[in-house]
Amino acid sequence: MSQLFFGYFAGMIAMTSILVVALRNPVYSALSLLVMFFHVAGLFITLHAEFLAAVQIIVYCGAILVLYLFVVMLLNVKQDDRYHSQWRIAAIVCVPLVIEAIVLLAGGGGTMVSSRNAEPHDPVVTDNTLAIGQTLFSTYLFPFEVASLVLLVAMIGAIVLAKRDIGESDA
Amino acid sequence: MTEFGLRLAISLTQIAAVMGVVVVTVLILTLAERKVLGWMQDRMGPMEVGPYGILQPFADAIKLFFKEDIIPAGANKFLFTVAPILCLIPAFIGFAVIPWGPNQTFEVDGITVRPFVISDINIGILYILAFASLGAYGIILGGWASNSKYSLLGGLRSAAQIISYELNVGLSIVGVLILAGSLSLVKITEAQTGGFWNWYLFALPAPQIFAFVVYVISSVAETNRVPFDLPEAESELVAGFFTEYSGLRFAFFFLAEYANMVLVSCVAAALFLGGWNAPYPGTIMALIGLPSVAWVENTMWFAVKTYSFLFLFFWLRATLPRLRYDQLMRFGWKVMLPIALGNIVVTSLAVFFYQQMK
Repeated sequence: MSQLFFGYFAGMIAMTSILVVALRNPVYSALSLLVMFFHVAGLFITLHAEFLAAVQIIVYCGAILVLYLFVVMLLNVKQDDRYHSQWRIAAIVCVPLVIEAIVLLAGGGGTMVSSRNAEPHDPVVTDNTLAIGQTLFSTYLFPFEVASLVLLVAMIGAIVLAKRDIGESDA
Repeated sequence: MTEFGLRLAISLTQIAAVMGVVVVTVLILTLAERKVLGWMQDRMGPMEVGPYGILQPFADAIKLFFKEDIIPAGANKFLFTVAPILCLIPAFIGFAVIPWGPNQTFEVDGITVRPFVISDINIGILYILAFASLGAYGIILGGWASNSKYSLLGGLRSAAQIISYELNVGLSIVGVLILAGSLSLVKITEAQTGGFWNWYLFALPAPQIFAFVVYVISSVAETNRVPFDLPEAESELVAGFFTEYSGLRFAFFFLAEYANMVLVSCVAAALFLGGWNAPYPGTIMALIGLPSVAWVENTMWFAVKTYSFLFLFFWLRATLPRLRYDQLMRFGWKVMLPIALGNIVVTSLAVFFYQQMK
């Protein structure tokens, strides 16, 4: 049963991810991204990580993708061919992906089994949200703080860039 | 397999019952809104259909059902069709985790049934927030697919508004979650039993009064109701995102808006006002020796709380003028957000010191 669900979610994720870059209409691309996020949340549910699934939908579907759609609709780029058929960049991106696939296929079997055996604790028993909170604020406190600092810097950077434009138009 | 079939039948019955209650509530609301607005403006409201106009909702429904369904030329047919459904489903799906009454169980053929909650999942409130945030897609896509500038502007406004105020809704309930220590609506409601002084609106050590005010204002904004109905501002945008919609598709948008109102009212009642708990300890039914029907009293209290909220929606509509767009944004980000964040800090500190003293 769980194999079946995993197959469905993984297949849909792969298909919709391809559609995101393959579709010509950017609004349809954004929508297939929405479907993909949904299926990623579904994958989290099959792993008993309900909190992550809910946060996935709230943050990615509810906030980030809405902003994407917002921008896409404002720009109204219906048939913008500038970004299509960029074969050189595609080739450069493909090289590391192919190498990664070869590495995974060659040596992936053994590590998969060992990691499944070495599962630290059963997430079903403990409260999922509680577990995430405790790990985040004890074991991974430093990376967590660093990540929030990086986000803060990005936010300030965005505001500085936007404000510079306003200053120029005023002057 | 029969056990599975029985479970399925029970779940489907519960879902059908909840859907029925919500749709009937929406029917009542459409009439109640016009009546209440009428009385507040010294009019009678609808009086023609049936005695005192009480059959008006059915007349409206029949009219919408038989209207011609127009898809404008140049509209994106697929998205134009999908948008109202995308708006309606998130509005209804959230009701699955609302506790309508006490968490009692009974057994049918060895299967435990919880009659007053369809599903008690441990991330209940996040589930509601997640699907509430998806309602924006219906509005944005409906606005875009109509291929009309008014619709597009309405949709874009709604996107910005829902993102801004959704954040405030999420932050304002964090205080309650800290006090309850759970995300499940059933557990949050159960933690508030025993009199109104245990409701999180008043409960020690950190009364959530400010959070409650932020929640109410933000949820009004999130449901696109007056005074935050900029996505459908008549004087500027004809009718906003549903300008081009007619017939049954328009009815879907309409139904979604009212179902959303009911949903945010239910959540407010469950989180801040003790849900199905009476404002006094226990129930009167249990006192007079009828504890088996105490659920009637409890569900009635839940209905009373929910309907008071819905009345507040109408009251606001009759009283307040629409905000300007920059006022809306400034209010959301510079007033509501700091209050919600401050409430989290104060609540955390209060709970921490309270536990230290114990």
